[in-house]
Amino acid sequence: MVAVQSRLDRLVRPTFGRHLLFALGAAVVLLLLSSQIGAYDDYNLTAVAIFAVAAAGLNLLTGLNGQLSLGHGALMAIGAYTASLLLKDHHQFPVIVVLLAAVLSTGVIGIGFGYAAARLRGPYLAGATLTLAVAIPQVATRYKSIFGGESGLTVAPSSPPDWLGADFPPERWLAWIAFAAAIVTMVLLANLLRGAPGRAFKAVRDNEAAAALAGINVARTQVLAFVVSAACAGLAGALLAYWTGVTAPAGFTLALSLQLITAIVIGGLGSLAGAVWGSLVLVFVPLLTSGMASRLSLPSSVADNLPLAIYGCILVIAMLVAPHGIQGALRRILAYGRARWGNTPGGGQKGVVDWDDPAPDT
Amino acid sequence: MGELSRPTLEVVDLKIRFGGILALDEVSLRIDPGEVVAIIGPNGAGKTTLFNAVCGFVRPDSGRINYRGEPLLGTAPHRLARLGIARTLQGLGLWPGLTVQENVVAGSRVRPGLLPSLLALPSSDRIEAELASKAHEILDRLGIAGHTRAYPGTLPYGVQKRVIIARALMAEPSLLLLDEPVSGLSAQDIDELAALIKQLRARMCVAVVEHHLDFVMAISDRVIVLNLGRVIASGTPKEIRDDPQVATAYLGEDVKSPEASSDA
Ligand SMILES: Nc1ncnc2c1ncn2[C@@H]1O[C@H](COP(=O)(O)OP(=O)(O)OP(=O)(O)O)[C@@H](O)[C@H]1O
Ligand SMILES: [Mg+2]
Repeated sequence: MVAVQSRLDRLVRPTFGRHLLFALGAAVVLLLLSSQIGAYDDYNLTAVAIFAVAAAGLNLLTGLNGQLSLGHGALMAIGAYTASLLLKDHHQFPVIVVLLAAVLSTGVIGIGFGYAAARLRGPYLAGATLTLAVAIPQVATRYKSIFGGESGLTVAPSSPPDWLGADFPPERWLAWIAFAAAIVTMVLLANLLRGAPGRAFKAVRDNEAAAALAGINVARTQVLAFVVSAACAGLAGALLAYWTGVTAPAGFTLALSLQLITAIVIGGLGSLAGAVWGSLVLVFVPLLTSGMASRLSLPSSVADNLPLAIYGCILVIAMLVAPHGIQGALRRILAYGRARWGNTPGGGQKGVVDWDDPAPDT
Repeated sequence: MGELSRPTLEVVDLKIRFGGILALDEVSLRIDPGEVVAIIGPNGAGKTTLFNAVCGFVRPDSGRINYRGEPLLGTAPHRLARLGIARTLQGLGLWPGLTVQENVVAGSRVRPGLLPSLLALPSSDRIEAELASKAHEILDRLGIAGHTRAYPGTLPYGVQKRVIIARALMAEPSLLLLDEPVSGLSAQDIDELAALIKQLRARMCVAVVEHHLDFVMAISDRVIVLNLGRVIASGTPKEIRDDPQVATAYLGEDVKSPEASSDA
């Protein structure tokens, strides 16, 4: 019994072991879940995973490093177009190659924008990234021969490997790809955030002068946050290309960037789990509200707009009830529970809600 | 080698102008190894500006700054920690989003690299563990080890001021610049900090900007008085106390408005 305990301890004590265990747990749960549900739900869960990747990256940049970006939709477009250019005309590339290419291309572009962003603050940064959001779809429209103009590029789907059987649903296969990408992303981000880079991101956000005096290169830290964040957006974009089957400028408007910001604010700024909660809200709440609206027999002028109105109301109420997002509310409940029913490990701080912390393990 | 006679910090004819204000006017001073030097002067005298120039936050119009005989001007602020210079900011300057422990650990010059952190390699775990225990040691010495997991905003002001010093000590500096370390502290806290600085002097030079004169007189080997951007006096605490020029420029004013500069 003691031997088992100590072996478990040795496995979990190192960060790597702990995060790997978490990843395996998540993989098993998602694998089981995806084979229990139908193709339609798999399709929706894939969207959650895609948004979670992009939102986690944005949360690192905005929540933890304090740089607001209105351009993450455009960065997703760069990833999506990278994937689509590789896959157009029925070219076949292994999924992993396509995804890595998207990460790489967006990451490299992220370096350039990161340097520009590191010189800008607040509204100026928002303005610059807004330019990105507006310009990228324009580029795709303008250079029609490469990017396919308004109608976009069709993406060859990734078909399930033969060993899964002939009638394996392609939706489930894509869900698996997205889950794997999301889990790997979360583990790598969690590694970053719990160590020195995570401290540097927050230190720069909280007080740049103090960060510099502690030996942290402020500009380099901001560029790093931008690059990591952009790479996540690129990965999500490439997955999105597979998911929609077609990459067109209309899919990457400013609205997409705003959706991602909504996701991290609702989910909880600065936490990876918050990015997941936010993505769940982003995907399932609109489905829910349009379902509700269609069940009522209303004139179409009302029925068409009602879901959006309800969605908006839900977001407003959520922000009133949980100003620190879903993750913040969960932590508050957890802290309350601990205070109420004893069991406070290591003399937990009463009234301290560290909604700021990345919590990959929760 | 002349290592000992070389000043740790040497400022020569430093001039800094902000628009119409001459914040520093031909300021020269030196701090020798093992010294605790206090820099005093009324509000707006240019004390913080002097620190800002040393740390590369403002570019002087003319003059030189040498650190251990090497020119310091043009060095980016984030490189100073590596050179052995640590500074606390006037007011607080903690990171509210980091726990006390993280605040202190982040002050270290040693930190795991990006790739080891990204992949959570055992080496990064090992370095993190070492940093955590070193931070704990320092916090313990400052008597605030019980607060490691708290966020600074939840702690009393006196504890927060100690955390700032703990962060600076984490870098094991050879030159420690403290900007108003005791403003807003209780008498007992001030005595404890004075005792700490006396201990530190075996290992590093300390330059303290401070308005609290009893504290200044208790800790310093030498006092430099700035007024309107100029050095108006320099000497032992006793000499400064007896200097009539200082009394009119600074001490007289201080009597009229004690603690005028406590931070908002
Ligand atoms: N970045 C800046 N831009 C413009 N003026 C400045 C700047 N920094 C300082 N000053 C001015 O330079 C003068 C010296 O300021 P400094 O902050 O060095 O004073 P101080 O001696 O630290 O005063 P205190 O005791 O109030 O902290 C003041 O008149 C101040 O207004
Ligand atoms: Mg000052």
